[in-house]
Amino acid sequence: MAGFLTAGIVQTALEIGLIYSLVALSLFISFSILDICDLSTDGCYTLGCAAAAVITVAGHPILAIFAAVGAGICSGFVTAILQTRFGVPSILAGIIVNTGLYTVNLAVMGFSSNVAIFNKDTIFTMFAGLSGSEFWQEWSPLFLILIISCAIALILWWFMGTTLGLAIRATGDSPAMVRSSSINPAGMIIVGLCLGNALTGLAGALTAQYNKSCDINLGTGMVTIALASLIIGETLFGKRVMLRRIIGVLAGACLYRFIISLALRLNVPTEAFKLVSALIVAVAIAAPRAKELIVYSQKKRAAMKLRRSQAGREAAGHAEDHRDI
Amino acid sequence: MLKITGISKTFNAGTINEKKALSRLSLELADGDFVTVVGSNGAGKSTLFNAISGSFLTDEGLIELDGRDITFEPEHKRSRYIGRLFQDPLMGTAPHMSIEENLAIAYLRTSKKSGQIFSRISKKEKDLFRERLSLLGMGLEDRMKNPVGLLSGGQRQALTLLMATLVTPKLLLLDEHTAALDPGTAAKVLELTKNIVQEQHITCLMVTHNMHQALDLGNRTLMMDSGRIVFDVSGEERSRMTVDELLARFAEKAGQKLDNDRILLSTEQND
Repeated sequence: MAGFLTAGIVQTALEIGLIYSLVALSLFISFSILDICDLSTDGCYTLGCAAAAVITVAGHPILAIFAAVGAGICSGFVTAILQTRFGVPSILAGIIVNTGLYTVNLAVMGFSSNVAIFNKDTIFTMFAGLSGSEFWQEWSPLFLILIISCAIALILWWFMGTTLGLAIRATGDSPAMVRSSSINPAGMIIVGLCLGNALTGLAGALTAQYNKSCDINLGTGMVTIALASLIIGETLFGKRVMLRRIIGVLAGACLYRFIISLALRLNVPTEAFKLVSALIVAVAIAAPRAKELIVYSQKKRAAMKLRRSQAGREAAGHAEDHRDI
Repeated sequence: MLKITGISKTFNAGTINEKKALSRLSLELADGDFVTVVGSNGAGKSTLFNAISGSFLTDEGLIELDGRDITFEPEHKRSRYIGRLFQDPLMGTAPHMSIEENLAIAYLRTSKKSGQIFSRISKKEKDLFRERLSLLGMGLEDRMKNPVGLLSGGQRQALTLLMATLVTPKLLLLDEHTAALDPGTAAKVLELTKNIVQEQHITCLMVTHNMHQALDLGNRTLMMDSGRIVFDVSGEERSRMTVDELLARFAEKAGQKLDNDRILLSTEQND
């Protein structure tokens, strides 16, 4: 196993997993907390990536990160306004924005389907430049991503305990209660989706600088990956305490990447990846219910067996009674 | 206090399902009034409550509260000074959030400055919540970190009552709020309601299907039929009135016999 899982594979899985965990946290806000299906994730992730790539190429790596976050917020705002003000069903609102973003993303990249970042500073090269040691050169990207994702997770945890955070959580839990507490649920949905898509944009930006490139099809299937991470996390860590749930999302995203890495090591062809992702999501969602079904059928079988043996004994008893007569 | 002038509401206008739910209804409540509302199903009681709380805009008419025109104010703004309890005890609380967090959200109705949206639940607020919860006598003050979903229907309705009155509302709307509870719990929640309404001097409208309750509670009784108030009794006349007389009045005013099993059953139970 040690030879099977090299340090390099673990490192890459953690790096990419933690970047993806930001997208998973975005879906945690929309899907788990607000109870809204935000399907604009694919486009929004690419938008963040494209915006960051273009601005990094222009020589502003840190500005690129903030620009991507801003772009994500704009995208989330449009999705939110469509569903809160204009009554577009939430799933449709996400799909509409996602479709529209494809063109926007192409436009951001100057109507080319990819952008490469050559010989330009990124936050990763800047961070790696802090020390010349070999160890640092190899591990600094992981440290940087770890710092960013943990900071985001902590901020999110803190935020969910504030008045505004409570109001957002209540909006997904009981809209009637929120309205009768003088909070506008529409406003909370807008804030929540902006926040979530800001994280998606940030993840896109980190991906752009990590891969040193951006491709128009980068985000395809991102929503499935994020959902898979989210559900793996919720299955393993439960849905009770906020901090545990957030850590669960981070862990779920990393675990998902490990599964993918293992699949890679097992020489699963890259073309099969989307199918593998879809299968993981389906299995992760279906697992708890499947477990229930198995327990149920076991109980039923045991009960039926007991009943049959009792019936058999009674029948035998009756036969004896008859003999007595 | 509350002044309603000629409000109407028609649902599905122009279709075969057209239903005139409120028909030029006018009503005036004095400060501190506790008014019970009776009427058969479909009489417009809940529609009246929805109109007052702003779930929809009325087709015509004027709604004023404390001298302010609130006819076109959105629901979440009205809820700053109108508290409401529904028949369904699960509606008024967020099940996956703790008792403390639910109360914190209800407490937002105090006119907090927008700068405080990032503040957390303070020690002072927790003490206040604990003190108020202890008044319910249900031991909830020791379970403040528990999710509300773990509470029973009666406990949740009591909590909703507390949330609706945590910041004293100008008007409290009770829409059959004890109807879904077992008799013992219903009596307890009703007792709490009476105490809180009296203590905080809240103007209150309460729908009930229990004729006995309708005459027993509060200082005024309204009877609704076909989106209108058909009978309005208070003072001396009301205190002399019996349940049978009230039922007879209903038959006379609405021009029909009471065919509502729930009303008959609930009067039988109490006689």
